[in-house]
Amino acid sequence: MSHGGAGERARADGAGADLGGGGAGDREGAAVLDLDRLSLSFGGLRALSELDLQVRDEEIVSLIGPNGAGKTTVFNVITGVYRPSSGGIRFAGHEIVGQPPHRVARLGIARTFQTLRLFLNMSVIENVMAATYGRTRAMPWESVLRLPRARREERESRELAADVLSFFGQRLAGYRWEQPAYSLSYANRRRLEIARALATRPRLLLLDEPAAGMNPTETHEITELISRLPGERGVSVLVIEHDMHVVSGCSDRVVALDHGVKIAEGGFDEVAGHPAVVEAYMGRDPEALADAE
Amino acid sequence: MSLDAQPPAGPAEAGPAEAGTAAAAGPQVGADEWVARQAGRREYLPSWLGEAQRGAERIGWWPRLAVAGLAGALLPLVGLGGFQLQVGIDALVIALLAVGLNIVVGWAGLLDLGYVAFFGFGAYGFALLSSNQIGPNGIHLPAYASVPAVMVGAAVFGLLVGLPSRRLIGDYLAIVTLFLGEAFVEFTNNVDPKTFGGPNGIVGIDAIRGFGHQLSTNTGYYYLLVIVLVATMAVLRLLETSRTGRAWRAVREDPLAAAAMTIPVNRVKLMAFAFGAMVAALAGTIFAAQQISVFPTDFDTPILILVYAGLILGGAGSIAGAATGALVVMVIYDGLLRSPADSGILFYGLIVLTLLVKLRPWRRLAGVVAATVALGFAAHAVVKAISASAVAGGPGSTGWIGSALRDWVIVPANPTVPGNWGFVLLICLLIALVQVQGRWRTILLVPVIYLASFVWETRLVTQPAITRQLMIGAILIVMMNSRPQGLLGTRRVETPT
Repeated sequence: MSHGGAGERARADGAGADLGGGGAGDREGAAVLDLDRLSLSFGGLRALSELDLQVRDEEIVSLIGPNGAGKTTVFNVITGVYRPSSGGIRFAGHEIVGQPPHRVARLGIARTFQTLRLFLNMSVIENVMAATYGRTRAMPWESVLRLPRARREERESRELAADVLSFFGQRLAGYRWEQPAYSLSYANRRRLEIARALATRPRLLLLDEPAAGMNPTETHEITELISRLPGERGVSVLVIEHDMHVVSGCSDRVVALDHGVKIAEGGFDEVAGHPAVVEAYMGRDPEALADAE
Repeated sequence: MSLDAQPPAGPAEAGPAEAGTAAAAGPQVGADEWVARQAGRREYLPSWLGEAQRGAERIGWWPRLAVAGLAGALLPLVGLGGFQLQVGIDALVIALLAVGLNIVVGWAGLLDLGYVAFFGFGAYGFALLSSNQIGPNGIHLPAYASVPAVMVGAAVFGLLVGLPSRRLIGDYLAIVTLFLGEAFVEFTNNVDPKTFGGPNGIVGIDAIRGFGHQLSTNTGYYYLLVIVLVATMAVLRLLETSRTGRAWRAVREDPLAAAAMTIPVNRVKLMAFAFGAMVAALAGTIFAAQQISVFPTDFDTPILILVYAGLILGGAGSIAGAATGALVVMVIYDGLLRSPADSGILFYGLIVLTLLVKLRPWRRLAGVVAATVALGFAAHAVVKAISASAVAGGPGSTGWIGSALRDWVIVPANPTVPGNWGFVLLICLLIALVQVQGRWRTILLVPVIYLASFVWETRLVTQPAITRQLMIGAILIVMMNSRPQGLLGTRRVETPT
């Protein structure tokens, strides 16, 4: 199951070759995700306006911005929770605007949540195995009769779950698998969310503040872990993070948002020093303001 | 971009601050209990009893189910009377319903208040296919054709009901399904009386038959129900741990996260509706065949309340809990609370048991009991001296309880009105009892017990139909306070939304 995941997905969706890589119509290199002039309004409120954003193959892009900048809204639009007012989202050659969340997830976009949304009353391993639903096909009666396909899929799901949990080393080691998710510490819940997202075999992983609530050691660990994701799991990552250590430690590229508008894009140093970004976070320099007057 | 629009917090502080609030608001209730439950911290009984306990915990689900089924099958051999057998049959039907409702409510987390309509669908479906209702000679299908046909029909019916309500959650779903349940009763009452029988129902339904045999005795139906219940529980247990079962529970826990994890939430909800409907319809077919007749009132809200009471008492989310809870509720409701003698034992037994368990130290317990007994005899003697007619009516209880209470509890010649007032006063005193603390509670307990006995003997015991509803309600309230997860359920933490 860990091999040929993309092939299986392609077969399941009957969509074909695009998933293999080198999607058609990408502008620079192989853009897995391409947001094209994306806007979202709630009544008269513009949450996002004319946002362009690309994530290339096996790239880690950080999305930063002050509170209320629209970062999580971007995730919600990409994953189909909200439908954009205008603009397009292309993912691996598919236009995904208007697709329901579970279909978007099946195409290969997985996410975690800023306010953790685990299946708290299910065991750790069940949390992860539940995420294989879209990749398994056994009908209920096959499961009841334990027919070959159901048995094989169950075994593969368990192997996949063990595989993604092993990514976190001892943190989510075997003795924890049968624990209910609510018994985990806060940091482990964050890890379990990432493991659960990985179990959908994504091509793009959206991480919403993966280091929130972690101590410096854990933050360092999660930074290193995110950096390993493209190489070891073959996923591209779009990560929202407030902790600048994480952002500088793992990003290939940084995109800064404020009030739903992209204000800067580029390498970490470039963006962190960008006047618009400094202004968004700190407010305008009082002296400069006085000068302007 | 003006200055004042900027949030003051810098990026570095924002992370931990948010995490702190989330952790504080996060659910922790279950975690402590879970820690306590872990191996090594479990307290076992000394010596071989502890060994037996450990051994029992290692037994898998199917040996337990087999033993429970076997026990159920052996029960008629010890000699159940006709009444007891009928109670058993009713209890098993409700248990089957509760196990099916557990799919919808316990696993998928959908508050379906129209569930009994599927039970009715099954019963009416079987009745129409096994009686003279349709056509000149009627339809008389063998059970191996009619039961599966009715179950498939119920699954389709479940999908149809689910389709408009699949996007509704919580209260909205509850009210829509409640409407559906009532609509079914109205439908069978009013539409095409020639076919559906109207209020007179359908009578003369065939027994379960096929392959040249037919079930004609209640014992036969009892065994059939035991087999069907055990088989259904086994099937559902296998389903619970499959991808379907996981998807149901994931949707219950967090629909948004489930959708983000490739689970088609609406389809999974519809499947839960369909499976629940199939189990309910199966129960309905056996019910109709055993009763030989079906009436619209058989599928009204009282049955729904019983099924829910069983499911909640046993523990929603647990198959064994649902079945056990329903059996307990039905045996109490239908078996023990029907005759004044049995219900008296239950009523006074519960009071004595509660006092024994809850009242400490022994001195206080002895004081309360002595004071209650003394109060009764004193009150009886005083009232008798004033007016002989005020104690002229004997206690409503019969048998030894009745004779034991003859000179203790006051029962007027015409007990209805004083009994009603006593009931109102009892409610007020009960509310007062839970408000006061310490010494005053102990003192107040004495008149409360005496008044409870007065109300029981004057009113409750003579109105078993109402009393048993009150008793089930009281049991549920006590259960909710002492063990909210139900008899066999596991405590759940609330998912923050």
